[in-house]
Amino acid sequence: MRFGVIRFPGSCDEADALQACSRFGAAELLWHADADLHGVDVVVIPGGFSYGDYLRPGAIARFSPVMESVGEFALAGGPVLGICNGFQVLCEAGLLPGALLPNTSLRFVFRQVELEAVNADTPFTRACEDGATLSIPVKHTTGRYYAPDGALDELEANGQVVLRYAPGHNPNGSLRDIAGISNSQKNVLGLMPHPEHAVDPLTGSADGGRLFESLAAHVSELAAAA
Amino acid sequence: MTRARVLIRPKEGILDPQGQAVERALPALGFEGVANVRVGRLVELDVENASQVPAMCEQLLANPLIEDYEVLVVEAV
Repeated sequence: MRFGVIRFPGSCDEADALQACSRFGAAELLWHADADLHGVDVVVIPGGFSYGDYLRPGAIARFSPVMESVGEFALAGGPVLGICNGFQVLCEAGLLPGALLPNTSLRFVFRQVELEAVNADTPFTRACEDGATLSIPVKHTTGRYYAPDGALDELEANGQVVLRYAPGHNPNGSLRDIAGISNSQKNVLGLMPHPEHAVDPLTGSADGGRLFESLAAHVSELAAAA
Repeated sequence: MTRARVLIRPKEGILDPQGQAVERALPALGFEGVANVRVGRLVELDVENASQVPAMCEQLLANPLIEDYEVLVVEAV
């Protein structure tokens, strides 16, 4: 199976994302101006400051040629993982509900946080157990997840709240401690923490690898069934 | 061409920590009696067709989920 990691002007985590993916499958970089997804099985939108984060984070990136293809890929059920800035891009593109607002503290936060895998029945978390705790770093200024109350109720009822900050670990004021959400079909996931920076005990935790492992297993299972 | 100004502000009810920080800073300078500070942004643009500006706001200039916008048509330029 093959992961594709999109590089936008201003991306900065694509190298780590590529490295993380390559531990679990083949991986290649995709370019924002190229609408061709090169037949990859999973699309990863990495962290950074796509297009300088001008206007609002993700607001400009969503108009890049590659994003139109990502939209079609997602509509066809293809798995799309958006990390940090990638989460912001997916929200701006309307592929995920809600929006990311400036951290309540107005400060850049950079720390290891504990996450609870609320829903382990998704292509992104199937290698985790329900309620498992993952130790993964965050590093962002605009990570406060927001959606109107009614929408939040719906997300929870549908199992779309996939990852939550453990009690006391919410670094940004996200409503209901939401760290990661999926679309209703569960094939698009956005999260603020950086699993690609936590794939080796050498850097403190390998828990982030679970997400890439899950995706690889998901794709292999689909291939075996086809 | 027409010059338009778009005022974009956080929607009512959405926590605006930037506004709160400004609100706390003003009394420190001796300005009392300040409440409900909201910090937004201003986009100024010259357009051939001012009637398109609201659509521009909906699609790019503002995020209608979290922001309100107000279009002011200023003058012909």
